[in-house]
Amino acid sequence: MRFDDEPDPGENLPILPGHFSPGRLERVLRSGAFAVTAEVSPPDSADPEDVYERAAVFDGWVDAINATDGSGGNCHMSSVGVCSLLTRRGYAMILQMTCRDRNRISIQGDALGASAMGVANILCLTGDSVSNGDHPEAKAVFDLDCMTLLGTLRTMRDEGEYLSGRKIKSPPRVFLGAAINPFSPPHDFRPVRFAQKVVAGAQFVQTQYCFDIDRFKRYMQRVRDEGLHEQVFILAGVGPLASARAAEWIRTNVPGVFIPDACIDRLKGAKDQAQEGVEICKDVIGQLREIEGVHGVHIMAYRQEHRVPEIVAGSGILEGRTPWQPATAQAASGAA
Amino acid sequence: MMDKYAMRLWSVRNARWLARLYNGLESFLALLHPLFVRIGYERLDGYFLAVEKKIKGFLFDSQSCGQCTLKLTGMSCPMNCPKRLRNGPCGGVRPDGNCEVIPDMPCVWVVAWEGRRRLDPDLRAVRFVLPPADDRLKNTSAWLREVRKRHAHPEPVIPARNPGQQPGRHPEEHPGQHLEQHPVVHLEQSHAV
Repeated sequence: MRFDDEPDPGENLPILPGHFSPGRLERVLRSGAFAVTAEVSPPDSADPEDVYERAAVFDGWVDAINATDGSGGNCHMSSVGVCSLLTRRGYAMILQMTCRDRNRISIQGDALGASAMGVANILCLTGDSVSNGDHPEAKAVFDLDCMTLLGTLRTMRDEGEYLSGRKIKSPPRVFLGAAINPFSPPHDFRPVRFAQKVVAGAQFVQTQYCFDIDRFKRYMQRVRDEGLHEQVFILAGVGPLASARAAEWIRTNVPGVFIPDACIDRLKGAKDQAQEGVEICKDVIGQLREIEGVHGVHIMAYRQEHRVPEIVAGSGILEGRTPWQPATAQAASGAA
Repeated sequence: MMDKYAMRLWSVRNARWLARLYNGLESFLALLHPLFVRIGYERLDGYFLAVEKKIKGFLFDSQSCGQCTLKLTGMSCPMNCPKRLRNGPCGGVRPDGNCEVIPDMPCVWVVAWEGRRRLDPDLRAVRFVLPPADDRLKNTSAWLREVRKRHAHPEPVIPARNPGQQPGRHPEEHPGQHLEQHPVVHLEQSHAV
């Protein structure tokens, strides 16, 4: 899928009227296509090749790639670094920005830097606590929270000002995202929290892993009642579980991820558990697609990135279209 | 030994009359404004802070941020959140409603929304965004700040803008407002895409 006015390499495109960013993700979502995003985990390395290698797995399969920001409170290459490298190759990046490690001065500076490096999408997150990461002794900053982070970036973009009121010569043209978790308590307040994020400036959201489809359906009913699905784009989070043991570990140790017993039982009963994990993921995608108000999926396949093409192809969500890929990958695959 | 969170949980269970008491106290202090002006707010701040720390520390485990949100957060102090969230719970809340960082502590925001519901049963009323904490105001008296605000008496510190608000479209919002005037930003006015 190439747009007529797409430069080479891909990002950034001209900003269309009514659009906020020069990014491909906003274009794809506004075109009405079912969008697919994935997640690249930044390496523990200063070698650009390690970043390129990790992104190449997704060539031709996803519309944009999230770069995580010290996920789980663990140290890795910065998301600004990863995005800077990949946008130069034309990839559409979603910069994950958390409030854990930087105050409002640093956050606003990074937003300008990232935008200058071609980042068109920023996902605003509070961030995991430092206590579960590899530096539990670190000082957690949390000067802003995800809501005020959204508002800060919107102020910069739409008002052309820092929070201090000082003018910005050329504001960051970014499509603003947020994360939502429909599965953690307090359940009846979660749709309200989603609405809060829309008020604060979110234009697209990516959800936590969806395994409990029934709960997600009930949540989406509330979201539709509020009309939120008409104001923002909703990408449902999915991912392959590597095995029943891995699933149990995630369920116990990763805050905010809820996996029903039925899922784990299905994995336990399978001969090839990793393959069964992929099958479950495809089934989940199939069900999510049927839910009104879901505009795409966000595939989080940590350490199983190589399985993303199979998941995307197998679930048929691209409906025959091929997302942008670098010219080198295009030549190699012989695609037009 | 009493559960270390028992007192703050009691305060949230009794949010209704505590909020009324809190409002009443602020209204009473507001009457003393002329006196405060004569003595000088700056000179009084330390004494008020000491009293506030004792009372609010006991009832709410207040962290003395100086920008009290208690009436908007169902009398649960959000500064007890390890992530210092001022606008609702993160996605890491455990199935039992406890904090992801401190497993034996009930999430201050789960509790806050319960308290908030006691003050105002309309869930939609929670859709406001509070400004980030102003670090300059830590360890100053929030009560005196509220009194000064009611009398539009200038502060030594100019409050920072609230990035959660639509600039220019909504009245200046501050956490000390009365419940009846809570700063709700309605969805209809939000940034439609």
